[in-house]
Amino acid sequence: MKIKSTPARKIFVVINYIVLSLVMFISLFPLIHIFALSFSSNSAAQAGWVTIFPVGFTLDAYKYILSEKQFFVSFGVSVMRVILGTVISICLTIISAYAMSQPDERFHARKIYVWFFMVTMVFSGGLIPLFIVIKSVGLYNSIWALILPGAVQTFNIILMLNFFRGLPYALTESALIDGANYFQIMAKIVVPISKPSMATVGLFTMVNHWNSWFDGMIYISNPTKYPLQTYLRNVINSVDIASIDMNSVGAMTNVSQKTVTAAQIFCAIIPILMVYPLLQKYFITGMTLGSVKE
Amino acid sequence: MKKKKSLSTILKSEWPLHLMLLPAIILLIIFAYLPMVGIVMAFQDFVPSGGIKGFFTSEWVGLDNFKYVFGMKDFTQVLNNTLVIAIMKIIAGIIVPLILALLLNEVKNRHFKKATQTIIYVPYFLSWVVLGGILVDILSPTNGIVNTILNFFGQDSIYFLGSLSTIRGTLVVSEVWKGCGYNMVIFLAALTGIDQGLYEAARVDGAGYFKQMLHITLPSILPQIILVTVLGMGNILNAGFDQVFNLYSPIVYEKADIIDTFVFRLGMLNLQYSVSTAVGLFKSVISFLLITVSFTLAKKFANYQIF
Repeated sequence: MKIKSTPARKIFVVINYIVLSLVMFISLFPLIHIFALSFSSNSAAQAGWVTIFPVGFTLDAYKYILSEKQFFVSFGVSVMRVILGTVISICLTIISAYAMSQPDERFHARKIYVWFFMVTMVFSGGLIPLFIVIKSVGLYNSIWALILPGAVQTFNIILMLNFFRGLPYALTESALIDGANYFQIMAKIVVPISKPSMATVGLFTMVNHWNSWFDGMIYISNPTKYPLQTYLRNVINSVDIASIDMNSVGAMTNVSQKTVTAAQIFCAIIPILMVYPLLQKYFITGMTLGSVKE
Repeated sequence: MKKKKSLSTILKSEWPLHLMLLPAIILLIIFAYLPMVGIVMAFQDFVPSGGIKGFFTSEWVGLDNFKYVFGMKDFTQVLNNTLVIAIMKIIAGIIVPLILALLLNEVKNRHFKKATQTIIYVPYFLSWVVLGGILVDILSPTNGIVNTILNFFGQDSIYFLGSLSTIRGTLVVSEVWKGCGYNMVIFLAALTGIDQGLYEAARVDGAGYFKQMLHITLPSILPQIILVTVLGMGNILNAGFDQVFNLYSPIVYEKADIIDTFVFRLGMLNLQYSVSTAVGLFKSVISFLLITVSFTLAKKFANYQIF
């Protein structure tokens, strides 16, 4: 820019930086506050003195979590569902998308299958019918209720399908003529070159599994089998939102509820923060993967 | 090669592809198609004890469930809440990211730009359980940080999540806080794509920054604005179950109870399976129509298609 800045422009630039800095602060403040709370003494937390730095630094809240067995059990359930759920979902996505990416003359029933998948994107039975099905097939109270119902991600399959269709035709054609079967081609040629898009889809599947709480709440009745987010919801709601109105300050005397909840919330955020650089990197890729634009 | 292949040769060469699709098809039949059959519950007096068999053996009651629902006082309330909250969210969810994208686009410092983007997305990747927990804490009327600050400036405490006058605003603002990074990326991508030559020509013609924005910037990203609006319209009956469910409480049902939370309570807490399914079906049908319309519009005006 060689254009000379007018004074008005200079003022704008300064204000712009201030506004955006403020936006950044607002975006992060609640997280920093929770972090500070989790390391603060209970009295400071109750009195509302904590802002962005711990007041009366203490590890008591984390010590308390260490003694809370259910926290670790639930953490384990979540890790388990992330691993199983992502692996199963990715495998299903690849084989289904690969099969449906074949040209019509190689796979005559292709269109029928594509429709079969697409219908499920538009129509669904809804909450109660799915609940009854899950109960009837014996998944109620099992970790598989958190994994199998959402294992086929039609949207991701469509994404991968489009990606596979974009691969050069000759790549697989010659292998097919040489006598390789579809499974070999998929494993040896298609999967290796699709690693980046698989990583994108896998990453977001992992985050979704980690963040899911509703399925744990309705399909699991035994609290010892809750995934972390569902467990956390119970912890947060044990201090009923409705009861914390202006008149019932007494309800909050429950010793270190506030700092302990903060510590548990923060622990649930850590895994997301750990993969955050990757999420950030694939965020835009993932969005452009989704739309076919001219 | 014009000759049509016989069925057996086709099967011989294509069976592996059918095999590959088998696992997904089985899962879809159980977890997608079987529940779709279950929609018949909406027209039945469903007996839960029979499980899936109940879909076929329960007594048919025609439209009784729907009549019952439409007659409920709560239902009108819920429908009204859903529309108001969803529309407020759609509008705020366009304006705020748009302003942020425009401001960010003016930033020349690469590192600052990158840092801002990185930080604005953070809440987007957290669950509403986590964010709900945080909000309940910071908005607490007794010792939440927000009210502490308000008190410091001599303001009375506001019970953001527990009073009818503030709950909707709180829902909208917190939704924008969580989600604005997403639309901002869309707008920002469009802004970076604008031909810089246009601006230079405008400057030569003596157009100031404001005129440039009005005549170049905004028209250039109009397709993206339309796209986001139109796709938002398809979601007008989704006022955000995850968020509302984690932030509302019985005292604010009057202003914050939405269709999805209503369906949940009817079905899972009151065990009115058939009535709950009827409400869900009502929502699905309307949503389906809206999505069809919005995608047609998106294709027409923004040249966007998802398949």
